[in-house]
Amino acid sequence: MDATPSAAAVAVRCRGLVKHFDDVHAVDGIDLEIRSGECFGLLGPNGAGKTTTIEIVEGLTAPTAGDVEVLGARWGAGDDRALRDRLGVQLQETQLSEYLTVEETIRLFRSFYRRGRTIEETIALMALGEKRRARVGTLSGGQKQRLALACALVGAPDLLFLDEPTTGLDPQARLAIWEVVETFGRGGGTTIITTHYMEEASKLCDRVAIVDHGKIIALGTPAELIASLGADRIVEFELAGDIDVAVLAALPGAAAHHRRGPAHVLSVRELADTLPALLAALDAAGVRLVTMTTHEPTLEDVFVQRTGRALRDD
Amino acid sequence: MTTERNSETLSPLVELTLARLREFIRDPGAVFWTFGFPIVLAVALGIAFREAPPPSSHVAIDAAAPGAAELALALDADEAIVATTMAESLAARSLATGKIDLFVVPTADGPVTYRYDAVRPESSTARLAVDAAIQRRAGRVDVVVSTDDVRTEPGGRYIDFLLPGLIGLNIMGSAIWGIGFAVVDARRRKMLKRLAATPMSRAHFLLSFMMSRLVFLAGEVIALVGFGWLVFDVPVRGSMITLAVVSTWGALMLTGIAMLLAARPKSTEVASGFANLFMLPMWLLGGSFFSYERFPEAALPVIRALPLAALNDALRKVMNEGLGLVDVAFELAALGVWGGLAFVIALRWFRWQ
Repeated sequence: MDATPSAAAVAVRCRGLVKHFDDVHAVDGIDLEIRSGECFGLLGPNGAGKTTTIEIVEGLTAPTAGDVEVLGARWGAGDDRALRDRLGVQLQETQLSEYLTVEETIRLFRSFYRRGRTIEETIALMALGEKRRARVGTLSGGQKQRLALACALVGAPDLLFLDEPTTGLDPQARLAIWEVVETFGRGGGTTIITTHYMEEASKLCDRVAIVDHGKIIALGTPAELIASLGADRIVEFELAGDIDVAVLAALPGAAAHHRRGPAHVLSVRELADTLPALLAALDAAGVRLVTMTTHEPTLEDVFVQRTGRALRDD
Repeated sequence: MTTERNSETLSPLVELTLARLREFIRDPGAVFWTFGFPIVLAVALGIAFREAPPPSSHVAIDAAAPGAAELALALDADEAIVATTMAESLAARSLATGKIDLFVVPTADGPVTYRYDAVRPESSTARLAVDAAIQRRAGRVDVVVSTDDVRTEPGGRYIDFLLPGLIGLNIMGSAIWGIGFAVVDARRRKMLKRLAATPMSRAHFLLSFMMSRLVFLAGEVIALVGFGWLVFDVPVRGSMITLAVVSTWGALMLTGIAMLLAARPKSTEVASGFANLFMLPMWLLGGSFFSYERFPEAALPVIRALPLAALNDALRKVMNEGLGLVDVAFELAALGVWGGLAFVIALRWFRWQ
């Protein structure tokens, strides 16, 4: 146990976390402190090391180096089962048994935990009442994901791990999952969630760590991270021809310029100042505008600004 | 808000076992391979080896030889011989494929040549039958009068030998395909990893497979023994309790071996390779379909100690010979060593993700 006064308020603490798979540095030195009761997001593209990080914290993967403390305990140092009794886990890509029904699956998982919700309560929480006697094999993607969440919540965990919980789901199914996560948080539970959807991170997370190549490249509340762009508006455009980027960065009201593939991305403090100047500059340089969009800054822009790449390739 | 464990669910071991049983009975393929297939096999083999008149010898006479057609007709009159004429060019291939057992080349002045493969018992039998018929036709007189007293009693037929072998084979197959595959498939689906993330006891998980195995074992053995008794009159000479003990012990030990085969593979393809690597020698040497006594003398002590051979021997001693537990001590010990070692190694090697 950590003796510092803040220990009680910290749910998970990682120091110098490293994980190598052969030559791949999946996790390359991650330090984290996740507070009790917060919803903490690991945001990053596929292959950034989010899943490896969360599975190390879950005690499913041993780190190559570093130290992990979960709810004041360490994996393998004491009673792992007592610790697991307090955790709820949803893994990426688990296929539950197709031949069991929804209710049988929840009942099975309930039997593993010393304390927990009633099966009835869990089914109601996940809105699976109509499907309780349906075999898992017949469920839709969204229903399967709700069942996976039900299995994670049936032990009434203090700490909930969600690994890409809404990947591949339609907007309605995604909304249903978000509601449950928010309800869990209001009840005082701590959530760690990985995602590559920036809307998901903005909507659910109190704090977000942006992860790339096994490292944390930004950490803060979604609002703080977005504010760090120093922009009210993002202007994204493609040009037919080249222009001196120094000209773009020096435009009135422009905070920063960076590239995202072929596109130019301009962080702008005051759109009304920058836009006419931009068009005039393009005109002067004799470069034609191919496309142009503007939007409110998002976590996606934070990622693009720091890495020069998009969060999602699709 | 929260409840204590046992107020709503049974113990995790029982819930895990129930889940296994449900998965099994709701999978039509698994049910067929466990219960249906051995019975289909028993029917097919039972029909193939049913109490039929002894098989006739198929012989061909060289069509180019003088009097070939006449000789064929005469030999064909013998109830143990089916005779035709055939061109010599065809004979080699027909002999090689077992279409004919013997090729007869008569000559005009008397001497006869028999062409056959001496290693094939059917050919040797054909040679004896044809030679006797030809000698008698040429005027030989038997000096000793002989009569046949043919018996086909339950207990000594091929089906009586076969049925315990099928039970042994089924116990092995159910363990490897039923348990080993279920484990590897659960690993492939990341279900093992998901379970490892719960406070579930890992011993309970492995035990649940053993428990579910025992439930179905009873069904399989009763189905096969009952089928053999009803359709082919195959007796169980020993006690049913001894039969139950031997089957249960065998099933548990083969489940241990199945766990070892399933301890590491991540895909069912790899698991299938391991399963075949283990089962092929068992099919060949285990004595399910034919006795392993024909293998070289020096190899017999090793063969007898193989898991399937030991199980089959024990089952035959109980079902065919009516022996008791003391008489199958060697077989049970051999199974125990295999299964026990395999299970211990499996526990150490087991990959949860």
